[in-house]
Amino acid sequence: MVKIDAKIPEGPLAQKWTKYKASQKLVNPSNKRKLDIIVVGTGLAGASAAASFGEMGFNVKIFTIQDSPRRAHSIAAQGGINAAKNYPNDGDSVYRLFSDTVKGGDYRAREGNVYRLAEVSNDIIDQCVAQGVPFAREYGGLLDNRSFGGAQVSRTFYARGQTGQQLLLGAYQALMRQVNLKTVKLYSRNELVDIVMVDGKARGIISRDLVTGELQRHFAHAVVLATGGYGNTFFLSTNAMGSNGSAAWQAYKKGAMFANPCYAQIHPTCIPVHGEFQSKLTLMSESLRNDGRIWVPAKKEDAEAIRTNKLKPTQIAEDDRDYFLERRYPAFGNLVPRDVASRAAKERCDAGFGVGNTGLAVYLDFKESIERLGEDVIRSRYGNLFQMYEKIVDENPYNTPMMIYPAIHYTMGGIWVDYELQTSVPGLFCAGEANFSDHGANRLGASALMQGLADGYFVLPYTVQNYLADDIRTPRMTGNEKEFVEAEKGIKEKFNKLLNIKGTRSVDSLHKQLGLIMWDFVGMARNKEGLKEAIEKIRAVKKEFWSNVRIPGEGEGMNVELEKANRLADFIEIGELMAIDALHREESCGGHFREEFQTEEGEAKRQDDIFAYVGCWEYKGDNIEPELHKEELQFMDVKLIQRNYK
Amino acid sequence: MSNLLCSSIGKKLLMGLSGLFLMMFLLIHLVINALMLAPDGGELYNAGAHFMSSNPFIRIMEPMLAIGFLVHILWGVKLTIENQKARGNSRYASGNKTTGVSWASQNMLVLGITILAFLVLHIAQFWVKMKLTGSDLLAHTTITIGGVHTEVENAYALVNNTFSYLWIVIVYVVAGIGLAMHLSHGFWSSFQTIGFSNEIWRKRLSIFGSIYAWGVGLGFSLIALLQYLFYQV
Amino acid sequence: MEKNINLTLKVWRQKNAREKGRFETFKLSNISIDSSFLEMMDILNEQLINDGKEPVAFDHDCREGICGMCSLYINGRPHGPDDEITTCQLHMRKFKDGETIWIEPWRSAGFPVIKDLIVNRTAFDQIIAAGGYVSVNTGGVPDANSIGVPRDEAEEAMDAASCIGCGACVAACKNGSAMLFVSAKVSQLALLPQGRIEGARRAKNMVAKMDELGFGNCTNTGACEVECPKGISLANIARLNREFLMAKMKD
Ligand SMILES: Cc1cc2nc3c(=O)[nH]c(=O)nc-3n(C[C@H](O)[C@H](O)[C@H](O)COP(=O)(O)OP(=O)(O)OC[C@H]3O[C@@H](n4cnc5c(N)ncnc54)[C@H](O)[C@@H]3O)c2cc1C
Ligand code: HEM
Ligand code: HEM
Ligand code: SF4
Ligand code: F3S
Ligand code: FES
Repeated sequence: MVKIDAKIPEGPLAQKWTKYKASQKLVNPSNKRKLDIIVVGTGLAGASAAASFGEMGFNVKIFTIQDSPRRAHSIAAQGGINAAKNYPNDGDSVYRLFSDTVKGGDYRAREGNVYRLAEVSNDIIDQCVAQGVPFAREYGGLLDNRSFGGAQVSRTFYARGQTGQQLLLGAYQALMRQVNLKTVKLYSRNELVDIVMVDGKARGIISRDLVTGELQRHFAHAVVLATGGYGNTFFLSTNAMGSNGSAAWQAYKKGAMFANPCYAQIHPTCIPVHGEFQSKLTLMSESLRNDGRIWVPAKKEDAEAIRTNKLKPTQIAEDDRDYFLERRYPAFGNLVPRDVASRAAKERCDAGFGVGNTGLAVYLDFKESIERLGEDVIRSRYGNLFQMYEKIVDENPYNTPMMIYPAIHYTMGGIWVDYELQTSVPGLFCAGEANFSDHGANRLGASALMQGLADGYFVLPYTVQNYLADDIRTPRMTGNEKEFVEAEKGIKEKFNKLLNIKGTRSVDSLHKQLGLIMWDFVGMARNKEGLKEAIEKIRAVKKEFWSNVRIPGEGEGMNVELEKANRLADFIEIGELMAIDALHREESCGGHFREEFQTEEGEAKRQDDIFAYVGCWEYKGDNIEPELHKEELQFMDVKLIQRNYK
Repeated sequence: MSNLLCSSIGKKLLMGLSGLFLMMFLLIHLVINALMLAPDGGELYNAGAHFMSSNPFIRIMEPMLAIGFLVHILWGVKLTIENQKARGNSRYASGNKTTGVSWASQNMLVLGITILAFLVLHIAQFWVKMKLTGSDLLAHTTITIGGVHTEVENAYALVNNTFSYLWIVIVYVVAGIGLAMHLSHGFWSSFQTIGFSNEIWRKRLSIFGSIYAWGVGLGFSLIALLQYLFYQV
Repeated sequence: MEKNINLTLKVWRQKNAREKGRFETFKLSNISIDSSFLEMMDILNEQLINDGKEPVAFDHDCREGICGMCSLYINGRPHGPDDEITTCQLHMRKFKDGETIWIEPWRSAGFPVIKDLIVNRTAFDQIIAAGGYVSVNTGGVPDANSIGVPRDEAEEAMDAASCIGCGACVAACKNGSAMLFVSAKVSQLALLPQGRIEGARRAKNMVAKMDELGFGNCTNTGACEVECPKGISLANIARLNREFLMAKMKD
C-alpha cells in the first residue's frame, strides 16, 4: 500500500529549504564516482540536472529521443522566465512570486514547493548569465524585464522571443562540457521504454536505440525522469511532434502515482487551426499580450461579414470593436492568466463573434502600440514572432491584426512527487513538466522554464544526493540480472505484438481520432455527461488501436511508425485517466473547467472544502479502475480566495 | 606553429597571405608594365625594367615570389581536394539553386589553373628569355636615367614583338579576365580569412575588391591589346 | 484563398547507412497550398501506409522553426525555396500546380545518412562539447547584474546565439564546411564578458574538433549565410578567424 507523504520539512515557509539543505545527507567525492544516475530527457530539467550531477562527480547517463540534447522541446519556449530579482524596483519579492504562483495555480499547488521555487528563481538568472545566456539588456548594460500574464510586476527575463532556446542552449552547453569531461555519457536517439525495478526500487531502464532498433539495459542507483508533458494526447497542441507521456506512463505502471492528470493548460494565443491536415499548432508568445490588444467585432453582422471575407478587420471602426478582456477584467486587461483569457475567447466565439474562416479565432491587434511606440520598437520586441506568423498565415501582422485561438499547451498534471521530487517509487525522481509539482491547476507564463531549471540546477542535486547517501554500498549491476532480462523480454513482446496487429489504420489517424475526443470532451469546458461519453469513446479507440493499427516495417532498424505507435498506446491510456480525473473533480479550477461549476458571470468556481487536494492515481492493472489517493493541501501562508482579475 | 598550419583556418591563412602578397606584386607589375604605354619608343619602360632588375630588394623578392606562387598553388589544390572529400560521395540531384553566391567564389581552382596556364606561357616568353636563354631582341640599348646614359637590355623590344601576334594578345585578354574574376572573390576573401572583416568592412572590401580586381585584370588585358593595336612599328 | 495543387515528388530513399539509396517517384494530388511542407510529407506518408508501403523517414520535431531538427534539401536548396526559414516553416504556396519537387537529405561527409532523409548530425554536439560553453559549475556565481554588457554587444551576441544547429550551412556549402555553425557559437561567447575569458581556448578546441570530424575548409563562398534560416552572418566567420589566429599567435 502506497502512502502519500510529501515530506515537507517542518518550520516556517521561508526556512524549509534552508533547513532541508542544512540537514540533508552528503556523499563523499570518492563514493560519488561509484554511484550511477540515469537522467531521461535533455530539456531544461534533464540537461541542467545531468550537468550538475556530472559537475558534482556522479557517473551520469542521459537519454533523449531527439538526435541532440539541444532539440528537446524546451527549445521552443518563447516568452521568458520569471525570477523575483525585483531589478525594476516595482515591489517584487520572493514572497510575491510565491503568492502569485499559488494564486495563479488557483490554489491547487503545494505551498512548500512553490516557495522553494520562488526562492531559487534568482539563482537561476545568475547561473544563466554566468553561462553566457544573452538575455535582453537595457542601454545601461543591465538586464531588462517584461511583464507577463497573471502578474502586476515586471519580473520576466527574456532573450528576444527565444528565451527557452537560449536557456536550453546554456544547459545543453553545460551538459556537453560534462560529456567532454566524461562524467556524463550521452545517448541520443535513444528512448526509454521501460523502468527496471529491483527489490522495490528503481534500478535502471530498458531503452531502445532508435537507429538500430536494439533494446539496451542500463543500470543506475537512481533514475530521474525529465521527459516533458503529455499535451500531445490531444494530437493538436503547441508541443513538439515528439513530445510524449510514455516515460511518465511507464513510471505510473511501475507504481509511481499520477497526480492531477486533468489539469491541462489551454494557451490563448495560438495560430488557429486551418485544415484537417494540420499537424500541430503554433504558439504566439504570451508576451505579445503586453502590446497587443485582443478584440472581436462588437456586432454579429460584422463578424459574419469578416468570416465570409466581405469585410477586413482594419475596416471595423474603433467603436464597433469589443476588447472583451479589457471590458471584463479592467485591472489585468489583456494580461489575465491563460485559462481566463482562453475561456473568454471561446465564449465570444461560441456566441457567434468569432472571426477567421472557421469563426474560431479572435484578433490580437498591434495597431495602437505601433502608433505609440513605432514599428521599429515592435519589430525589435517581436520581430521573429511576426515573421513566424507571416510565414504560416501569409498575412503581415504589422498591417492587419493577428488571428489567434486557444490551444492545448502545457500539462500541469504529471507524476506525483514529494518535496524531494521523488516519486512514490523509491529511487525514481521526476522533474520539469513531467511532474505535477508547482503549478497547481494553472501555470503562469514564464514559470515552466523557471521550474525546469530550479528542479535541475538547484533541487535535484541536493535531494538525489540525499537519497544516494544510503546507497553507497549497493554495487553496480551488470544488466544481466533477472529483473533486467525479464523487463527486456516484456518489451520485446510488446513490440512484436504491435508489429503483428497488421491492421488497416495508420497511427496518426488513430491519434487524430483520440485528439478530437479529448478536445471536444476533455478540453476547455467539461461536463459530467461529456466526460462519461469520452471515457467510453477513448476505450473504443484503445480497442481499435490494439486490433487495427498498421505499422509497416520491422522492429530492427529505424522505424518511426513503431515509435509513434508505442507512444500512442500510452497516450490513449493517459487520455482515459485525464477524463477519469476530470470527472471526479467536481469543481472548476484553473485549467479544469467544469460547466456545472461556474459563477453567474461564467468564472470558474472552486469547491475548496471538498477538493483542496492533489488527486493521485495509483495504477491497479490493465483495464482496472485506478485508485484515487488524496494529498490534502494545507494553506498556511496564502488565504484561499476566489481569483479576481477584475 | 606547425599545428596552426595543419588546421583549416591555418591552411586558409596561407592562402590568404600568399594571395595578398601576390596581389601586391601584381599591382607593382601592372604599374611597371603600364610604362610601356608611354609613347617614347620604350625608353621609360626599359628604365623601369632596369631599375627593377638592378634593385637588390627586388632581387630578394623574386625567389619570395616564386615561393608565394608555389605555396598558393599547392595549398589551393590541397584545399580543393580536401573540400571535395568533405562534401561526401553523393552530389545533389536537384543541383544548387542558392542565389547570391558568385560563380567565381565556387570556382577558384578553375580560375587559378587558367592563370597558371597563362603563367607558364608568360614566364617562358619573358622571364626565361631575359634571365636564362637570352634573345636577339634583347640587344642592349642606351637610355638616359636621371641624365646619365646607361646601357640596358631592350626589354621593350621583346615585349613589343611578342604582342604583335594576335593569338598571344587573345591569351592575355582571356587571362586578364580570368585573373579579374579570381580576384573579385579573392580580394575580399583574403581579408575575411585573416579576420579583417565585419558587417561594415565586408561591404567596403567587396567594393574595393571589385575595383582592384577588374582594374588589374583589365589593365593587363588592355596593355596587351593597345600594344597590338597601336604600338607596332 | 483555399487552393489545391498536384505534385510529383522525387524522394531519396535509403534503407540505412550502409545500403545504397535511390530516388523514388510519388504523385500527390489535391494538396492545399495552406499546408506546410511537412504536412504535405505527412499526407504522403499516410498515403504510403494506406498502400501498405513504408513511409518516408524524415527528421522534424517542433515544427515552428526553432528546434533545428527538420532538414531536407528541396529543389536545389536547403530548407527549400524560401528565405530565412526552416523546412517546417515552408508552405506549399511556394510551389506551383504540377511542379516536380526533389527532396534529398543533407549531403556532406560530416553528416552521413541514417535512413531516407535523416542524417546524423551528432558531429555538431561533439564540436560544442569541445569548447562551446563557459566553464562554470552550478551555483557560486555572481549576481546577474554584477556584469554589465553593452546593449549592442548583447544584441550581437544574441544574433549569433540564434543558430539552431540545423546544419543547412554545411548542406549548402560546396566545401562541406561547418564554419558558420562554429563561428556563431564562438562569436556569441566572445562578445560577452563571461565568455571572453576562455575565448582563445574555445576557438582552438572547437576548430580542432571541427577539422577532426571531416568538415571542409571554408573558402568564403557565402552560400551558408544565404541558406541559414536564422540569418547568421559571415561576419561571425571573420571573427572566428580572428579569434583563432590570435589564439594561435599567443601560443
Ligand atoms: C511553444 C511553447 C512555448 C513555451 N513558452 C514558455 C515560456 O515562454 N515560458 C515558460 O516558462 N514556459 C514556456 N513553455 C513551457 C516550457 O517550455 C516547458 O514546459 C518546459 O520547457 C518543459 O521542459 P522539460 O525539461 O520538463 O521537458 P522537455 O523540454 O519537453 O524535454 C523532454 C525531454 O525528454 C526526452 N524524452 C521524452 N520522452 C522520452 C523517452 N521515452 N525516452 C528518452 N527521452 C525522452 C525528450 O527527448 C526531451 O529531451 C512553452 C511551451 C511551448 C510548447
Ligand atoms: C597572380 C596570381 C594570383 C593571385 C593574385 C591570387 C590571389 C588569390 C587570393 C587573394 C585568394 C583568396 C585567398 C583567401 O580566400 O584567403 C585566392 C584564392 C585561391 N587561389 Fe589564387 N591567386 C593567384 C593565382 C592562383 C593560381 C595560379 C592558382 C592555382 C592554380 C590559384 C588558386 C586559388 C584557389 C584554389 C583559391 C581558393 C582557395 C581559397 O580561397 O582559400 N590562384 N587567390
Ligand atoms: C600586359 C601584361 C604583362 C606584361 C607586359 C608582362 C611583362 C612581364 C615581363 C617583361 C616580365 C619579365 C621581368 C623580368 O624577368 O625581369 C614578367 C615577369 C613576370 N610576370 Fe608578367 N607581364 C604581364 C602580365 C602578367 C600577369 C597577368 C601576371 C600574373 C598573373 C604576370 C606574372 C609575372 C610573373 C610571376 C613574372 C616573373 C617574376 C618576375 O620576374 O617578376 N605578368 N612579366
Ligand atoms: S548557422 Fe544557420 S544554417 Fe548553420 S546550423 Fe546554425 S542556423 Fe543552421
Ligand atoms: S558556404 Fe562554405 S565556404 Fe565558407 S562561407 Fe560558408 S562555409
Ligand atoms: S521541426 Fe523544429 S525547426 Fe523545423
